Parts: sequence; C-alpha cells; structure tokens
Amino acid sequence: MKYLGLLWAGLFRRRTRTVLTLASIAIAFLLFALLRSIIDGFLGGVQLVGADRLIVSPRYSIVDPLPLGHQQRIRSVPGVVEVTIANWFGGTYQDPQNFFPKHPVEPRAYFAMYSELIIAPEQLAAFENTRSGTVVPRQLAERFGWKIGDRIPIEADIWPKASGDRLWEFDVVGIYDGPPDEAAPDTMLINFAYFDEARQFANGTVGWFIVRVADPDTAGDVARNIDALFANSTNETRTSTEAEFQAAFLKQIGDIGLIMSGILGAVFFTILLLTGNTMAQAFRERIPEVAVLKTLGFSNVTVLGLMLGEAILLSLVAALIGMGIAVLMAPGIAKGIATILPGFGIAPQTLLAGLGLAVLLGVVTGIYPAVQGMRLTIVEALRKN
Amino acid sequence: MANMASPARLANLEKSMSDSLVRVDKVSKSYTRGKEKIDVLRELSMDVPQGDFLALMGPSGSGKTTLLNLIGGLDRPTTGSITIGGERIDSLSERELARWRAGHIGFVFQFYNLLPVLSAQRNVELPLLLTKLSSRERSAHAATALEVVGLHDRARHKPNELSGGQQQRVAIARALVSDPMLLVCDEPTGDLDRATADEILNLLQVLNREHGKTIIMVTHDPKAADFAQHVVHLDKGVLVEALA
Repeated sequence: MKYLGLLWAGLFRRRTRTVLTLASIAIAFLLFALLRSIIDGFLGGVQLVGADRLIVSPRYSIVDPLPLGHQQRIRSVPGVVEVTIANWFGGTYQDPQNFFPKHPVEPRAYFAMYSELIIAPEQLAAFENTRSGTVVPRQLAERFGWKIGDRIPIEADIWPKASGDRLWEFDVVGIYDGPPDEAAPDTMLINFAYFDEARQFANGTVGWFIVRVADPDTAGDVARNIDALFANSTNETRTSTEAEFQAAFLKQIGDIGLIMSGILGAVFFTILLLTGNTMAQAFRERIPEVAVLKTLGFSNVTVLGLMLGEAILLSLVAALIGMGIAVLMAPGIAKGIATILPGFGIAPQTLLAGLGLAVLLGVVTGIYPAVQGMRLTIVEALRKN
Repeated sequence: MANMASPARLANLEKSMSDSLVRVDKVSKSYTRGKEKIDVLRELSMDVPQGDFLALMGPSGSGKTTLLNLIGGLDRPTTGSITIGGERIDSLSERELARWRAGHIGFVFQFYNLLPVLSAQRNVELPLLLTKLSSRERSAHAATALEVVGLHDRARHKPNELSGGQQQRVAIARALVSDPMLLVCDEPTGDLDRATADEILNLLQVLNREHGKTIIMVTHDPKAADFAQHVVHLDKGVLVEALA
C-alpha cells in the first residue's frame, strides 16, 4: 500500500496521455459490462433447464401443434416419469411494447415439472381451481404493478375466443419466483384447461410437451424412443433436451454470444495494442527515473512490481470507471429493452470478471516495460540522462 | 580551503588508513565498446577517512564518475575490491547491493534527478519507502531533512515549481533522509550559477562539518573543489595528485 501514492503519481506523469488511455480502456470496459450483460440476459433463460427434462415439439413447425392425445402415449415410453404440456399464447398487454411470454399450462403438473420455481401452496391451489386464473413472475408483477386480485386484459393475436372476441381477461391468483441464483423467470402462466375450452380453434392440441426422465444419462434413448413412437404419423415429433431446445431457439436469433464475444475480443485486442504501446512509450521516457529509483536502493524486483503495478492500476481504474458508468446506465437501458430482454441487468459476476480482465490487461500491457525496467543498468541509464 | 599536497602525502593517502570509511584497493574497471576494450580505472587504490569531504577532479574521461559509481555501489569493479564501512561491497549480490545502497549511501546528481510528479516532500520520502517506517514517520523524517536544507516551506511544491538551487537542495535532503554514512555527489553544482553553486557547496560543507557526513564529490570546478577538505586528481584512470 505504501507504494500506491508513487504508482498513482506515476500514472499522471503525462496527464493528457493518461486521461486518453484511461478513457479508451474505460469505454472498452463499458462495452464489456453492457454486452456481457446482454449475452447473460439472452442466455438467462437457458439456465432454467434441467438435464432430466425433454421437450417434445412438432417435428417440422411450431405452428403445427401436436394432439393432446400424445401425452398418454409419451407417458408410456420407458424411462418417462412425468409429462406435462405448454402452449404459446402470444397476445398483447396494453401496448405491443409490453412483450412477455404467456404460456397456457397445467398448473400443478407444470410446477411439479419445474420444481425449482417457487410459489405458495395456496396460490398454486388457487391457480388450479380458478379457470381464468393466472400466476405471474415477480419481476412482471413489479414491472406492471400487478397484485393478487387484479384482472389482466390480454388482446389475442393468435387465439381469439370461440365467440370471436379477442379480449381475454385473467385474474392474478399468485406470484411466483425463480431460483435465487438464476435469471428471474418472465413467463405469465395461464390455465390450459380454460384456454383450450375457450379458444376458437385447434382445441385438443398443444404446442409442446415437457417430459421428465428417470435418468438423465438415458435421456438420449428416451428422446429417440418418443420420436420413434410418432414416426410416419401425421404429427411427428422432435424431442430434445431442454438445453438443446433453448439453444436451438437462440440459434434462430443468431449466435448472439459469439457475435458479441467477437466484438469484445476485437475491442480488447485493439485496447491491448494501444495500451501496450502507451506503456512502452511511457517507460522509455522514464528510464532516468527508474535509474534513480534503483540508485536509491529499489531492487530489481521492486522496480518490476512498481511498473507492473502501475499498468494494473491504470487498467483497474479504467475498468472501474467504465463498469461504473455501465452500472449507472443499466436501469435506463433495462427500461428501454424490457420488451426484448426483460432480465437485463449487470450481475456482480460480470463486474468481477471485468476486474479480472482488467488485471490481466494490466499484466499483459505492463510486463514488457516492467521486465525492461528490472533489467535496466543504473550506470547506463544515468549516462543516457 | 584546500591546500596543495606533497608527493609524500599522496603516497600516504593511497595507503591504508586505520580510520578509513572508504577503501578502494587496486581497483580496475574496463568496458568493451564493440571490439575495443577501454580501461577506465587502472589498479587504483585510495582511502577516504570517516568525516572527510573529498573532491575528485580530473578531465573528462579520467574515470572520476566511474570511481564514484563504484564507491556508491552502482557498478562493480572489473578487478580489485571496495570496502565501505568495513563491508566488501564488490562481492554483494544485486539485491544485497540495492539494500546496502538504501541504508548507507546518499546520492546527489548534477541534474537533481527528482521525480517530477512528486512534491518535494514525497521526493525526499522516496528512500524511506524501503524502510519499515510508518507513513507518519516517513513524513516526519522528510520534513526534518527539508528543514536541514532550508526548504521546509517548499515541501508541497513540485520540482518544476522550484529553482535549480532549490531542486538541488531537495535532492540533498533526499540523500540525507535515511541518515547515510556517505554522500556521493556527481557534479552537484554543474547545472547552477556561481552564487547558487556556492550556497549548495556551503550546505555540503555544513553537512560535513556539523553533521559529520563523509562526502565524496566529483567536480570539474576548482572553486567547488575549494570547499572540500581534500582534493584528488585523476587522469587516465589513475590518481595523479592530491590536495590537502
């Protein structure tokens, strides 16, 4: 700690250059924090997957639903423990900007399947017993100010009622949470029985089945057996693990993670070159000062540590500034992209990863001048002064 | 004022002295430039007693700065030995030598060599960073050193806010702050006008006389050498005369 003042003062030897370098590194870390959080936001849903869960969806198109009767046949496949159903509802709440998924499900079976979701038993019972009931994730309830007892109007786009009416109304009977360490769930759940009975067409069909297998190691075999069961029928299936299903969904919107990682990689590579060049230039200007430090008794190792420390301090300060700005910007961004990415936020892990990256950047950019400083011969350096 | 010495005195100076702080024994130093070997010092021997103020004079290339660097532990002799305060410094490792310099030697350079980003106070504190002193103790020691050189009211100023003479005083305070046994000064007045140079030399004289510091000073300037107790002349890497 006693060298911190010396390191800090050294950073500002050339104030303008340091400020510009700090700014460029800070912008890189601002991008890092924001893009990393966007990637996490997209992948957040994938975290809520179980290795023992399979998704049975229509083989060719999600708009070609599967008969509800498949449920019993899937249940008969060896290795299958539970089967439940889900459907895409679509629809709009007040404004098309207010996008969030809405799935008709079997209340008790769905929460049994997704046992990591947390709901009060009385609210689950109310969901089961209220035909027009809905349970909503806490983040949606907080976002729209919903509370139990509220009635939520949804304007249907795919599924009009049998009467032709497009307005569905659901009563909030419960609020559920996701596992504490994972991305918050964002799906409004509605009662499938009510939905199926009230909709205008496609009654008796479902969007997909969710299957729990007894042994995750045999999930591949079970999936093949399920698909074989419906092979050559009019409603063939494609069964995949939940992770594969969600990954395939992400593939449809492009490999966002890869693209963003590529952008970040390019940004950091450029910053690496720029900062490395700046540090090397700064070292050349400071050869006499390093020689003086050594003359005063600073050992080679201490000089190495000081120069490396300065590069790391520069990176860390810039990272803190950049990520600090990202943290300040995050609420505004989250509001702006709430419809596309409801779970957007900068996680502590992202900030920790950023700090780790900053230390790495400091070491990589500082190691060359630090080793040069360590090897510097006092007499030669003083002679050049 | 220094006086001319007889050849007998020169011989005396080259001999071992029982109270010597610095003993240079048959030291040679050579460099290789390309394929050429340059002998800078040739089997030079001398002793500097404790409490002396010695001026090293000689033409450019005579080896005086090389000798000063060897005595200050900044460089190593090619052959021969250097003993300071009873310790052979030519056989110390790099790390040991760095530690030894920090504890025993104060350096003053021609161009002050202060760190421009640090205040006078922080420049003076630099050598103390290598000690176990607390921040408060370091600060107190630095303030005392600045007071000794008459610059306690300039403690917060950066080097570029000080005159050349003031910068050199700060450099002297930095050299003094760890209470070294020996001050080595390489052309300490070479960048200063006459009046300021005399102030600095007077200060060195006070440090020598009143604080008992042993000082070895390289200078081209005979007037500067007049402030020393003894003057030694080098030419082509050997001692040629001594003034007393």
